[in-house]
Amino acid sequence: MAQLFHRSANTIARASILGAVLALAVTGGMLWALYRSGYQTEVGVPRQQPVPFSHKHHAGGMGIDCRYCHTSVENSSYAGLPPTETCMSCHSLIWADAPVLEPVRASFRTGEPLQWTRVYRLPDFVYFDHSIHVNKGVGCSTCHGRVDQMPLTWRANTLLMEWCLECHRQPEHFVRPREYVFQMDWNPPADQLTLGRRLVAQYNIRKLTDCYTCHR
Amino acid sequence: MTQKDARNKTWRSLDELAGTAEFQRFLEAEFPEPASGGTDPVSRRDLLKVMGASLTLAGMTACRTPAEKIVPYVRAPEDLVPGKPLFFATAMPMGGFAKGLLVESHLGRPTKVEGNPEHPASLGATDVFGQASVLTLYDPDRSQVVTRVGRLSSWMTFLAALNVAREEQHLKKGAGLRLLTGTVTSPTLAEQIRSLLAEFSSAKWHQFEPVSRDHARAGAHVAFGQDVNTIYRFDQAQVILDLEADFLGWGPANLRYVRDFTAGRRVGQGPVAMNRLYVVESCPSITGSMADHRLGLRAGEVESFARKVAQRLGVQDASPGSPGPHDQFAEAVARDLAQHRGASLVVAGDQQPPVVHALAHAINHTLGAEGRTVIHTDPVEAMPVDQMQSLRELVGDMQAGRVDLLVIVGGNPVFTAPRDLAFAEQLSKVKLRVHLGLYEDETSALCHWHIPEAHFLESWSDARAFDGTVTILQPLIAPLYGGRSAHELLAALAGKASLSGHDIVRDYWEKHGRWKIFEESWQVALHDGLVAGTRLPPKRVALRAGFLKESLPAQKPGRGLEIAFRPDPTIWDGSFANNGWLQEMPKPLTKLTWDNAALVSPATAQRLGLHNEAVVELRYRGASVRAPVWIMPGHADDSVTVQLGYGRTRAGRVGTGAGFNAYLLRTADEPWFSAGLEIRRTGDRYSLVSTQHHFSMESRNLIRAGTLGEFQKNPRFAQQVEESPPPGLTLYPGHPQEGYAWGMAIDLNACIGCGACVLACQAENNIPVVGKREAGRGRSMHWIRVDRYYEGPPEDPAIFHQPVPCMHCENAPCEVVCPVGATVHGSEGLNEMIYNRCVGTRYCSNNCPYKVRRFNFFEFADWTTPSLKAQRNPNVTVRSRGVMEKCTYCVQRINAAKIEAEKEDRKVRDGEIVTACQAVCPAQAIVFGDLSDPNSRLARLKADPRNYALLAGLNTRPRTTYLARLRNPNPEIRG
Repeated sequence: MAQLFHRSANTIARASILGAVLALAVTGGMLWALYRSGYQTEVGVPRQQPVPFSHKHHAGGMGIDCRYCHTSVENSSYAGLPPTETCMSCHSLIWADAPVLEPVRASFRTGEPLQWTRVYRLPDFVYFDHSIHVNKGVGCSTCHGRVDQMPLTWRANTLLMEWCLECHRQPEHFVRPREYVFQMDWNPPADQLTLGRRLVAQYNIRKLTDCYTCHR
Repeated sequence: MTQKDARNKTWRSLDELAGTAEFQRFLEAEFPEPASGGTDPVSRRDLLKVMGASLTLAGMTACRTPAEKIVPYVRAPEDLVPGKPLFFATAMPMGGFAKGLLVESHLGRPTKVEGNPEHPASLGATDVFGQASVLTLYDPDRSQVVTRVGRLSSWMTFLAALNVAREEQHLKKGAGLRLLTGTVTSPTLAEQIRSLLAEFSSAKWHQFEPVSRDHARAGAHVAFGQDVNTIYRFDQAQVILDLEADFLGWGPANLRYVRDFTAGRRVGQGPVAMNRLYVVESCPSITGSMADHRLGLRAGEVESFARKVAQRLGVQDASPGSPGPHDQFAEAVARDLAQHRGASLVVAGDQQPPVVHALAHAINHTLGAEGRTVIHTDPVEAMPVDQMQSLRELVGDMQAGRVDLLVIVGGNPVFTAPRDLAFAEQLSKVKLRVHLGLYEDETSALCHWHIPEAHFLESWSDARAFDGTVTILQPLIAPLYGGRSAHELLAALAGKASLSGHDIVRDYWEKHGRWKIFEESWQVALHDGLVAGTRLPPKRVALRAGFLKESLPAQKPGRGLEIAFRPDPTIWDGSFANNGWLQEMPKPLTKLTWDNAALVSPATAQRLGLHNEAVVELRYRGASVRAPVWIMPGHADDSVTVQLGYGRTRAGRVGTGAGFNAYLLRTADEPWFSAGLEIRRTGDRYSLVSTQHHFSMESRNLIRAGTLGEFQKNPRFAQQVEESPPPGLTLYPGHPQEGYAWGMAIDLNACIGCGACVLACQAENNIPVVGKREAGRGRSMHWIRVDRYYEGPPEDPAIFHQPVPCMHCENAPCEVVCPVGATVHGSEGLNEMIYNRCVGTRYCSNNCPYKVRRFNFFEFADWTTPSLKAQRNPNVTVRSRGVMEKCTYCVQRINAAKIEAEKEDRKVRDGEIVTACQAVCPAQAIVFGDLSDPNSRLARLKADPRNYALLAGLNTRPRTTYLARLRNPNPEIRG
C-alpha cells in the first residue's frame, strides 16, 4: 500500500507540536511579562493630579519632613493625606496667587475637598499598617522609592504579594535604624546583613508570614 | 383619589398614590415611551455591532486596576486620626429606660456598639437590641421625608400647619390637645412636657408602652400605697424565687442582673458556693433555663403558688387556698428561703398581676430582704401612670370627639394598642393627627402628618437607667434622613421650632444640673456616659397593714386553654421588625427565625392533635388569628404562649408580612394572660425555620453538667467522660508554635443563652443576612451559634446553652482537605481562612466536625445600598459569593492590639484583646487570651477541673474549650 503521508509529514508534525508548545509558552510568557510590566503594575507611571504637586520640590528641594503632611504615619495604619488647611498654611503666603494652586484655594474657600488620584492601591482584602512598619525600621524610601526625586509621584514598587514577602521573609535585608526611617537618601551600608540582623534582634522583628498578618 | 383610599391601597410609586394625570398617561401607553414603536434610527444590526464592540472593549479595562480617589479633609477635625476609631459614650433608651453604650466611630460613621463599663445598667455588656441598633440607624427603609397624608411635604409646611392648630388650642387652653408618648424618663423631655402643659392647662399627656410595667407599679401601690421602684441585688442573694419574671432576659436592668446573678454562680478556686434559683413560669425562658428547679405552671396558677409560699413564710392573710399538687415544692422553696433570711429574695414578673407583686414584696419583707437583697427607691419615670388606663382615657376622649390635635411621639399605637380599645377606629375622629416615628408604619398611615424621627444615635437627649442614673445621649452622626428628635418636635409644639436638640438638652442641664462649673461637668458627663450623683437614693418604705385582705385570692383559673402574651425575644414589641439581624437571630429557646409561633407543651399538642408547623386558628374573646404551632418542651400544659410584634403590615422590606399578629387577640383588661382560648385545627401547614431541629446530644457528651455535690466529690467529672488521645498521635506533621498561643474558654455555668454574642459577631465581622428561605436551607451565616439542648423528660427538661464558634483546632480537619491552601494554620494557633484563595469547594465545611464553617452560596452581602456600606467594619473584608468564612477569633482586634504592643516594645497584656463576643457577654462567660502565658486568666480557666474539649475523642485538639455546667439542686426536692 502506498504511503498516505509524504515523509515530510513527520517533520511537519514534529514542528507543529513543538510550535504549539512554543506558542503557548510564548503567549504565557508574554502574559506573565504583561502582568509584571509597568503597564499593569503601574510602576514608574506618574499619575496626573488635580494640582501638579511635586514631592521633588517640597520634600527634596525644601526639605520638608514626610510627617509634616503625612501626620498619622507613626501611629495609624493610614499615613494620612494633608487636609487643604495644611497646604494653605504656607500657600496663603507663598505663591498665594499662582494660577496652578487655584484648586487648592477653591477647596479652602468652598469647603469642597481636593480629589487626589491614589498612587499606592492595595486590594480590599489586604490590610496594611504604616505605623508598625515605620516603628520597626522600614524606611519610607524602602517601599515608596526616592519620593524626593519625583516631580509627579509614581509607584516605585509592584505591590505584588511576592514583593511584600521578600521583606517579611528576610527583614534583615531591608531594615534600617529607626532614626533614619524618614531619611530619603539613606543607603544600605555594605554590611547591611550584619546591621540588619542586629536590628532584627534589637527591634524584636518577627518574620510575619502568617496569612492573617495581612489578610482577614 | 381620596385620602381614605390612599391608606388602604397598595402602591408602587408616589406618583401612583397621588394619581397624577401624568401617571395616568404613563399607564395608558402600553409601553413607557422610549421603547414604543420600532421607528428608532438605530437598527438591530447596529445595536449588535455596538454591543459586541463594547463587550470586547469592556474586557480590556479589566487589565488595569481602576483609578481610585483619595479625598482628604479641607479642615481636619481635632483628635481624629484616620485609621483609628473613636469611641463616644451614649445610651440606648428602650421602653424609656437607658442602657449605657460606647459606640465605635470610623471617620464619623458609627459602626459598632459596645457597652459602657461605667454605666450601671450595662457594665460593659449590651443586649441584642443594642447590638442591632446600628443597623436600624442605617436602615434604608426608615422614613426619610415629612409627609402629609402620604404626600411629600416639608418641615416648614408642617410648622405652618402646627402653628394654626396651636393658635386654635390657645383659645381653648389646649382642651383639644393630647400628647401620646412612651414611658418618659428623660428629664429634659419631662420638663418640656411640663412646660407645655403649663402653657395649655387643659391639654393632657398620655403614656403607653405595649410592654409596660403597669403591674409592677400597681403591685407596689397595693403593698406600699405609693409608687416605688424596686432594684434586686442578685449578687447578695443565695436563694432566689422567680415568679415568671424573666429577669435575665428582659427589663431595664437585665444586663446588670445577669452579671450579678452569674457572679453568684462562679466556682473557682477557694470555697465553693453557688446561689440557688427556683423558677415558676408557664413558657420556658432563658431565666428558666438557668434554674436549679423549674416548675412549669400556667401563668394563672402562679398567684396561688406565691400565696402558698407566702403563707408558709408567715405572711398574714396570704390565704393559700386548697391544697394542690405543688405544695411540697412550695414548702421546700419556703424553707430554703427562710433558711437564708437576709440573703434570699423573690422577684415577680411584669406580666403577673399586681397581687403577685404585692405578695413578693410581702415575702421579701418577711425575709428581711429590704436593704440587703432588695432596694426600694423613688420611681425612675418622670410621671408614673397606669399606662393601659392612660390609653383608655385617650381613646375615650377621641371617641367623644374631644381631641383636636393628637401628637404621637414615637411608638406605633395603631399596631400595638389592645384590640378592644379600637384605637385605629377612634383615631380617625381626631381632627389633626401628627406622628413622629422612625418608619412610615401602621400609625403614620392613619395620621395626617408623619415626621421622620431621628434615631437615638443621631440625636441629643437624656434618659435614666433602672436606678435613676442619667445619661446624656449624644449623636454619633448628623441625622441621615433629616429626622427630628422628640425634643425638637416638642419645642415646635411649644412654638420654639428654632431650638436644636443640642440647645434644648444643654439648656435643661444648665438650668437644672446644679453644677458648679457647667462646661466642665457637661464635658465629663458626656465623656463618662453618665451624670454623676443622679442615682436614686435607697428609700425605706413600709408595708401597708393588712393589704392582702383587700385582694381576693385568685379565682380558679378559667376554663379552657390559657393564652399568654410575651414580647418577642428578638423583635420586641414589633419596633425592631425591620431589622434583619434581629429577624434572623435564632430566638433563644425555640431557635426559630423570621417568625413567631403559638407555643404549646408536648402533652397539650398531643391532646389536641397538633404538630409542629400545623396552622391553627386561635379564637379568643371573639377575635381569631391563624398561627403555626411550635411544640415547646417544658411549657405548662393547657396554655399557649404567643409573641407580640410580628404580623406587621407596614414595617418595611424586611419585616412586613413576617409572622402573625398576636396583638389582634390582646385585650386591655388582661394584657398578659387569660383563660378562654379555643384552638381549631385548620389542616394547613406553614413552614417555620428553626436553626436547630435536633434536641438530643445522641450521647456525645457535648454538654457536661453535674450538681454542686458531684463537683465537690469529684471536680474532674467533666474530664473523665471522654478521653483525649495523647498529643502527637497524628500522621500529619505538627505546626510550629511561636509567640502567643491564642485560645478561648466558654463557661457554660455562666452562659444564659441570650444570643448577644451572635449579634455582636455579626456587627463586628460584616456578616450578611440571608433571609428566611436560605436560613431554612441551613445557610445562615452566623460565625457563632448558640446550641440549645434538652435533657430529661419533655414535659420538664433541663435546658442547656452552648455557644459554638470556630474551635481553632490544633489538628484541624478542615486544613488538610483544602486543595488550594485557603485555610491554613497560623504560628499562633489560629486556624486561618483566606478568602481570596478560596475557590469554594466546601471540602473544609464537610470535614469540620463542629459545623462552624459558613459558605456564601449567593452574594449575601449587600454591595449596593449606600447606607448599609457605611455600617461595615472597615477592618474586615466583605465577602463575596462562593467564599467560605468562619470565626477568626476577631483577628482584626488581635492584630490591632499586637501592633500597639509592638510599638511600645512589650507583649500584649492579658485582657488587652477582647473579642466581640466576649465584650458583649453580660455573663462574662467567654474569655479569650494567651495560653502561653501561665498567669493569664485563660490559662487559669484551662487548668480548671471543669475544663473540657468538645468531641475531644476526634483528636482535633481544639483551642476553644468549655467549662462544665453546674447545678445546685435542693436535696429536699427530687427530680
